[in-house]
Amino acid sequence: MRSYLSDRMGAALLMAPLLLFLVLAYAWPFLGVVKWSFTLPTPGLGQYEALLTDDLVQSVFIRTLRIAAVVTVVSVAAAYAITVVWVRGTPAQRLIAEFCILVPFWISVLTRAFGWVALLSNRGLINTWLQAIGFISEPLALVRNEFGVIVGMTHFLIPFAVFPLASAMRSLDDRVLLAARGLGSSRMRTFWTVFVPMTRSGIIGAAMIVFVFSLGFFVTPAILGGGRSVMIAELIYLRIFQSPDWGLGAAISVVLVLFVGALMALLFRYVRPKQLI
Amino acid sequence: MPTYRPGPVSLIIAALVALFLLMPLLAVIPVSLTPSRMLAMPSGELSLRHYRALVEDPRWLQSILLSIRIGVVSSAFSTVLALCFSLGVWMFQPRFTAALVGFVLLPMVVPPVVSAITLYFLLTSMSGFSTFFGYDTWLGVAMAHSVMTVPFATVLMLVSLSQLDRRIDLAARGLGATVWERATRIIMPNIKFGIITAALLSFVLSWEEIGVTLFITSVNAITLPRLMWMGLRDNIDPAIAALSVILIIITVLVLAVRSFVARQRGA
Repeated sequence: MRSYLSDRMGAALLMAPLLLFLVLAYAWPFLGVVKWSFTLPTPGLGQYEALLTDDLVQSVFIRTLRIAAVVTVVSVAAAYAITVVWVRGTPAQRLIAEFCILVPFWISVLTRAFGWVALLSNRGLINTWLQAIGFISEPLALVRNEFGVIVGMTHFLIPFAVFPLASAMRSLDDRVLLAARGLGSSRMRTFWTVFVPMTRSGIIGAAMIVFVFSLGFFVTPAILGGGRSVMIAELIYLRIFQSPDWGLGAAISVVLVLFVGALMALLFRYVRPKQLI
Repeated sequence: MPTYRPGPVSLIIAALVALFLLMPLLAVIPVSLTPSRMLAMPSGELSLRHYRALVEDPRWLQSILLSIRIGVVSSAFSTVLALCFSLGVWMFQPRFTAALVGFVLLPMVVPPVVSAITLYFLLTSMSGFSTFFGYDTWLGVAMAHSVMTVPFATVLMLVSLSQLDRRIDLAARGLGATVWERATRIIMPNIKFGIITAALLSFVLSWEEIGVTLFITSVNAITLPRLMWMGLRDNIDPAIAALSVILIIITVLVLAVRSFVARQRGA
């Protein structure tokens, strides 16, 4: 009995500091943000009404969903291609694929966005070269628009899509694939009718992770969009710091959290958390 | 036994993706060597002036030192909190574990911009009580970074604890070890690697944190990413290219050493 009690005490003592810290430094201020959304500038549901009627907010929401959808499709497809090699290639191919996935993964989002600016801007690598070989006379507008945002976000999110895909591909039984080939199925057909369907949980997981991440993305769109292709996260920033309208910024945040929460709940109905690592 | 290898079509597509992934990292190299004051490709001669600017301009050095200080403090804080919490979960397996762990992981899954506005609310409220901890102070930034890194540290600790054999702890307990002795002399030495990794990851995440930092600093607590952000938004400063090259080289070296060490351990 004594040991049971001291066990409970020990657990409480060990777990309390972190829980207390997060309640005070995260949960409580989040409730404060929720309060802002109902009280600033005037108490009531005015901010949520504005969300439904304000044209700017609406267009930003739609743009965010559109960009997130495109980015999700492109990054999951690209991640799939490189993950196949990372998981199933020869040792040398695996090493190269791992290098190409992990190096960008560990490099900061700012450096990567800057790399795209260096490539895509008017005086950047691509435009300089295309002009030097006389292919174009005026620089192409590759950045400060939606194209630049999609490229940069896809680049950022591919490594995140790789991990759930790799976990699905590793758990796949080789013999099934060899059986399909042995029965006379072509490489293409084996890939599309056996390999891809058997990694479905990885694809769903990767797509969900990428989609959820892109909804709240801030740094890459702000740099590569150059203020012209504003997404939800940047709109929140602008509402807090540029046209001080804290209530609206807070209301958008609350809606974003609810939306992401609903998506995660949907995700976990199909995929177990362990399959995502 | 034959294995199922990717065919030529897969290899070509994967190579294109690999090129796409490396391209922006390679593009910063020529830009960092431009003699021009603005972002441009070097035409003809190369120059190291932007590397020199990093050393000579005190702003860069100051922000690097500030980022290191914030990184060390927030990483130490979140590693200790995450370690205690994970030990509690593993040793006592309390009821509602899933809910408690889920709560701790929230800052990792909530969109970063929402965490940012939340921490902005926290620090501006604290500014009223204390000039050390509030908005735009280094301690405030360190605390905010701890909130953001503690879920990652916790995940790493829980993963390395899950690989630990419970019987060694049961043996220690049976032989009369106290909770403190079990934690410090039995469990912690066995998850040393996980603890070090958690501390390192927390430091790296704090070192490169920008989404939250942008909301909670203005003129005093200028961390390195914050300074880079300022140079990227207004007039693009090629010194950022020089800095990026250095950061990329460090990352590649660290990864190479890590994979070498992992190979040695495996062999």
